[in-house]
Amino acid sequence: MRIELQKRARVSTLFSIVSPILALALTLVFGGIMFWLLGKSPLGALHSFFIEPLLEVWSLHELAIKAAPLILIGVGLAVCYRSNNWNIGAEGQFTIGAITGSILPVLNPDWHSPLILPLMLVMGMLGGALYAGIPALLKTRFNTNEILTSLMLVYIAQLFLDWLVRGPWRDPQGYNFPQTKSFQIEAVLPEILASGRAHWAFIFAIVAAIALWFMMRFMLKGFEVSVLGQSERAGRFAGFSARKMVWFSMLLSGALAGLAGISEVSGSIGHVQPSISPGYGFTAIIVAFLGRLNPLGIIASGLVLALTYLGGEAAQLSIGISDKVSRVFQGLLLFFVLSCDTLIHYRIRLHFGRTRPAEVAG
Amino acid sequence: MFEAILLTVITASTPLVIAALGELVTERAGVLNLGVEGMMIMGAVCAFATAQLTGSPYLGILGGILGGGLFSLLFGFLTLTLVANQVATGLALTILGLGLSGQIGESFVGQSGIKLQPIAIPFLSQLPLVGRVLFAQDLTFYLSIALVIGISWFLFKSRAGLKVRAIGDNHGSAHALGIHVIRTRYLAVLFGGACAGLAGAQLSLVYTPQWVENMSAGRGWIALALVVFASWRPWRVLAGGYLFGAVTIGQLHAQAFGLGVPSQLLSALPYAATIVVLIIISHNRRTTLINTPASLGKPFVPER
Repeated sequence: MRIELQKRARVSTLFSIVSPILALALTLVFGGIMFWLLGKSPLGALHSFFIEPLLEVWSLHELAIKAAPLILIGVGLAVCYRSNNWNIGAEGQFTIGAITGSILPVLNPDWHSPLILPLMLVMGMLGGALYAGIPALLKTRFNTNEILTSLMLVYIAQLFLDWLVRGPWRDPQGYNFPQTKSFQIEAVLPEILASGRAHWAFIFAIVAAIALWFMMRFMLKGFEVSVLGQSERAGRFAGFSARKMVWFSMLLSGALAGLAGISEVSGSIGHVQPSISPGYGFTAIIVAFLGRLNPLGIIASGLVLALTYLGGEAAQLSIGISDKVSRVFQGLLLFFVLSCDTLIHYRIRLHFGRTRPAEVAG
Repeated sequence: MFEAILLTVITASTPLVIAALGELVTERAGVLNLGVEGMMIMGAVCAFATAQLTGSPYLGILGGILGGGLFSLLFGFLTLTLVANQVATGLALTILGLGLSGQIGESFVGQSGIKLQPIAIPFLSQLPLVGRVLFAQDLTFYLSIALVIGISWFLFKSRAGLKVRAIGDNHGSAHALGIHVIRTRYLAVLFGGACAGLAGAQLSLVYTPQWVENMSAGRGWIALALVVFASWRPWRVLAGGYLFGAVTIGQLHAQAFGLGVPSQLLSALPYAATIVVLIIISHNRRTTLINTPASLGKPFVPER
């Protein structure tokens, strides 16, 4: 059997919508097979993985908490990837944002002012943006590959955080635990509803997604992003600068990752510790692609991937499978998304036997 | 003392060299596979599992090669047959590899592994100075050297190597000349995966003979940087790999001495060194342009 691709005359609208859903369905089928191989009932496992977390109020709050950083980072990355800039170091920008945002509450634990929270958020965004500025500077000034530099900076950021909370920032009254003092109440991101833990980060995420959707759809800047991403040469003729776009997209995605970082520390954790993220920065890459690099789609895909985190925890408790399954699910999902996206641009022909179509025709 | 340090440098450099050499061939054929980290970790876990189950570290090595190679075919199918974006698919391969290896390796955590023993070459290993360092190593080291020699001969002296480079530089023309672009690229991807798997096997059978989740710790990414650093030439990969190995081991020894520098700062050195090296090597746009395979990362759909 041979697989042959035939370019469609125009992008298929049908498959633009169907492809992410198809990818999800395939992931579920393969996930079921995987559970079966692990000796569990596939349907029962899938139920406790993907349905149970949706049935209780508290776990819906947890879903919003996990979805918020994924959506915030994901929409920023979508703009980056659309403009053909490959920031894959969002995990590092998240970490640095969490650190710079925490400077105020850690160093001034007795400052009780309503000003502190907005300042923390701004500083977190600045920190993330500056950290993303490093690969941007290296790319524009030295022509350095941003994929590799932004990724290397992730490891450096994590080591820096580790040093901070084990060294200068460690709470002296913390029984030698490597963590800072708990933030004062004014420095904690408030909850949205009285019914649970979900905090303002989710609102930030929705606002950011809608704002970027508006930009990509209706503003010249959004057009510039798409043109430069599809063809740098065409962009130059239109008077757009690829160099400025590197800066714009990297700083934007860095700032959003930084905001996600400080929101996570301030809203969900309440202090700084060596591990503040279960890989949000990397999972957000999957979120961006599953959402077809469209900010509104990313809201949906962020919720789906947040569910894989929750499902992993739930399945570990209820049917005793390792929470590593959720990473496998995430990886599988990205694979299926990328393969199904082929259907948008190409018609797929399957040929059986050895005859080539050209020989038959000619 | 000096000899001991040199031995550890070699052990730390070998996986980088092997993985980078595999990726070099893949990229010379015009395919950018960012999944080295994922293939490496799959190689590490497959090698460890095979060695534990069979009791033979050599079968373990084979298991690592097979694991990395089979895993790379997934990338090949998506990017070559389905023409998916190579950057995104490579990332997917890394994410899936890290998850899948954790899942496979779960029951092996904490087991002490079987170390691949060195093979002393008669006479040569008795040479003063270099004998013990170069000729009493384990199989993976000898393989890494053989790969450098073999690949530089293949790429620059053989007919098939010329075809590989032609595809990497202009897949349209190569196709017009009747070279099987997709088939060759599949083989190049497979070779890269097998090498990454071998590098992973070295990690879990030689470097630290045990299974630890995420034990590749960014080495796959450093290997990718090494290919750029080496401007796609095998011998320079060897030199670069040893430079990075020396930095890694140097910082470990510095930590052991306790120089009053935070250990985290020292641990960050190999990553920082990668960035510095990338700056030095890429700042001249012209030489970068000349060295980079021109079709690197571009999709190819044969016209009919």
